[in-house]
Amino acid sequence: MSGAAKTTTAQWRDYSLSNEAPAPALTHEDWYACPIPRKQLRQLSRRSDGPALRDYTLWLGLLAASGLLAYLSWDTWWMVPAFLVYGLLYGSCADSRWHECAHGTAFRSRRLNEAFYHLASFMALKNAHLWRWSHARHHSHTIVVGRDPEIAFPRPPDLFGMVRNLLHLKTGPIEMSKLLRHSVGRLNEVETDYVPESERAKVVWTARAYLAILAAVIVWSLAAQSWMPVMFVGLPTFYGSWLHHILSATQHAGLAEDVPDHRLSCRTVHLNPVLRFIYSNMNYHLEHHMFPMVPFYALPALHAAIREDCPPPYPSLWAAYREMIPAMIRQTRDPDHFVRRALPAGAQGHRAGATAAI
Amino acid sequence: MSDRLDWVEVCAVDEIDEEDVIRFDRGTKTYAVYRTLEGAFYATDGLCTHEQIHLADGIVIDSLIECPKHQGRFDIRSGEAKSAPACVNLRIHPVRIEAGRVHIGLSD
Repeated sequence: MSGAAKTTTAQWRDYSLSNEAPAPALTHEDWYACPIPRKQLRQLSRRSDGPALRDYTLWLGLLAASGLLAYLSWDTWWMVPAFLVYGLLYGSCADSRWHECAHGTAFRSRRLNEAFYHLASFMALKNAHLWRWSHARHHSHTIVVGRDPEIAFPRPPDLFGMVRNLLHLKTGPIEMSKLLRHSVGRLNEVETDYVPESERAKVVWTARAYLAILAAVIVWSLAAQSWMPVMFVGLPTFYGSWLHHILSATQHAGLAEDVPDHRLSCRTVHLNPVLRFIYSNMNYHLEHHMFPMVPFYALPALHAAIREDCPPPYPSLWAAYREMIPAMIRQTRDPDHFVRRALPAGAQGHRAGATAAI
Repeated sequence: MSDRLDWVEVCAVDEIDEEDVIRFDRGTKTYAVYRTLEGAFYATDGLCTHEQIHLADGIVIDSLIECPKHQGRFDIRSGEAKSAPACVNLRIHPVRIEAGRVHIGLSD
């Protein structure tokens, strides 16, 4: 058989949840968890409103300050850097914060979690009542083909889509079309698979609420004959989500599929404090997936507690991309290729093949 | 009513920390037994009604148990599902303390 025959399109897998032959289902018991004393895990999982109140106050304070500067500098060149900062705080920060609040781990108070969840979900233009269920499924079947609805980089990966997402032009239109479809009461087959019937009306009404707000802002812009309203609400998701897409691509791209061990399908990447603030510590992604009840502010401590049992973290964003991009380019022609993470010698749950080189 | 219950000894009172939960298996069934910060004891079925995850791996927050996998929450006093993705209530079981031992009342 020739080498060319190996890369026929017949070998590409069907990632949709309507796949009739998905990867075998995995139960919670199948997933590997690093050993950690129960009392320590309980301590790390303990909820407090303080850290998140400080984080969210700083976030919204910076958003308001940058918004004020953008407003004051309107019609001058200073509006460019002002809106760059405003957009980043709006689009990229909101995306990591809806996620934390979706887990209910940001605040001890459920009401605060829910309030910020809905605010951040709207800012990220992600239907709060759809993504809650989609994300639960992602955690049940992390990067399991045909079962995880949130595999952002299936093979072959959409590298052009990665570039388009610097202006949110891959994800944004998809989410907007979903909002339009949901607003008329239509959930597709995949969505009805993971959203329980009792929750579907909430998806529909959330979509209608988001679209009503966006429509009001657009009408305001048209009436005022000014871009200003849409530059503050709606468009920032598009011109400001670029950093979130750059950071979140490192979570799973190029790594193993269908493996019940988050150490092999998730990346932990060391970032500076500014990026960790923007990204709500989701750079500790392996730790987050293995123990999702640990709040974002305790993830560095969780990382320290289990790091001896995990592959070495990536020292920088650059290091992660240096591995990811060549692997993803190769995946455009080789559906069997993936990055094999090296577990430390003596790590628990060590399995044959887990330390093989790329 | 109570004479229909099969009272089963679980553990000593001090084997459950305050604001914590332990798993108790009996036959093919599994239960979660809780102790609140105020020192009250409660028991429920052991698996989350959302995706059958052991609740004893979760955390107790006031009078709520949070599932470790998807963070659905139940009121441990009533079994009521309090937040998504938990939507179906949890079955509760009575608890009594005798001679420093925790017992739960089980019925078919």
